[in-house]
Amino acid sequence: MSQKIHRLERRLFLKQTLSLGAIALLSGCDVTNDDQVQRVLLGMSEWNDRAQAWLFDPNKLAPEYPENLVATPFPFNAYYEEEEVKVIDETDYQLSLGGLVKERKPWRLPELYALPQASQVTRLICVEGWSAIGKWSGVRLSEFLQRVGADLTAKYVGFRCADDYYGSIDMPTALHPQTFLALRFADRVLPPKYGFPMRLRAPTKLGFKNPKFIQEIFVSNTHPGGYWEDQGYNWFSGS
Amino acid sequence: MVHPLVVRITHWINAFAVLVLVLSGWRIYNAAPLFPFRIPSELTLGGWLAGALQWHFAAMWILGLNGLAYVIYGLVSGHFRRKLLPISPRAVLHDVLEAFRGRLSHDDLSVYNTAQRAAYLALIVALVLLVLSGLAIWKPVQLQELTALMGGYEGARIVHFVCMSIVVLVVIVHVVMVALVPRTLPAMITGKVR
Repeated sequence: MSQKIHRLERRLFLKQTLSLGAIALLSGCDVTNDDQVQRVLLGMSEWNDRAQAWLFDPNKLAPEYPENLVATPFPFNAYYEEEEVKVIDETDYQLSLGGLVKERKPWRLPELYALPQASQVTRLICVEGWSAIGKWSGVRLSEFLQRVGADLTAKYVGFRCADDYYGSIDMPTALHPQTFLALRFADRVLPPKYGFPMRLRAPTKLGFKNPKFIQEIFVSNTHPGGYWEDQGYNWFSGS
Repeated sequence: MVHPLVVRITHWINAFAVLVLVLSGWRIYNAAPLFPFRIPSELTLGGWLAGALQWHFAAMWILGLNGLAYVIYGLVSGHFRRKLLPISPRAVLHDVLEAFRGRLSHDDLSVYNTAQRAAYLALIVALVLLVLSGLAIWKPVQLQELTALMGGYEGARIVHFVCMSIVVLVVIVHVVMVALVPRTLPAMITGKVR
């Protein structure tokens, strides 16, 4: 989806929610209705955050698939077109840490490659509805957070990315054994279009909760929000 | 009394929830169409994907809780057994043909003919399957056993779409029939025949 379409869609959103929402609710046409409907819907979305957190089982693993089912080519998806993908210079790259973390020294790429690596072949499900199976390898986020002395009792882990994307997940998901800082895709160094040098891979979350080009990880008790979440997408968005 | 109070209340709550879920669902469908067609945007609710998802995931609670109340009532009170049974394929076929000839009797609105019984049963089954396939799409990890039962994530999307189509079809026929026999409408509001 291109940004332009999204802007256009957002404009239509207000108009249509007002008209169709009013019809659907069989209520009188009042201009303030739109705000009221929006407040109710956002309230329900927050309720759904809580319901999903309650439903989340930290020991339940996402199904894994045989490697021959990996989608080729794996679909590219971002809030911009594929031609606009940023190519990060690996010699300059460093991962910075912030928030409730004891050891905040930045990490270089070779240091990340030297950490114990794990692999998963899981289905990535996009909020749009499509899905694709991929093989990701990298560092378990739980191990990384322990290593840097993060406060594992904090509520949120946030991410800031080189493509100005940002996002956050709940701590139970961050500590899930299949939540990776992915460095490889299909046994090769992560290509730029999938988020070189490092992306999040959490198969218990929808695709947009897996930020690419991660430059900073921070731990916080204040809700960090996210690029799409701040525009109305459900924050928890668990699978 | 043609329709008990519980049936009338759950009917209208269900009608509202299904309307919201279908219209917002069509918008969600358009974000990644399963089949080589899109639903005209004017027929959808939510304005964009995030808005449609907000409507869908709000109305699902209404559909689910209301449906649960209705099904429990239908089973416990004997309403299902009294109104929807007996039913046989031969009788359904007979009444459907009679309906097309315009010869179906609606003298006693409290008794459903077998075409109605089949339609309402299909609607109930389709709605139950919609809820189950919807849960399978929403939670393919936490409820992965259910998702597997639906033929996996992509299978659940197809089940969800097919059941939606059945519901829309039954609702269209239902609304046409109400238009042809208008005194059925106040009966579903007041419970009595005027």
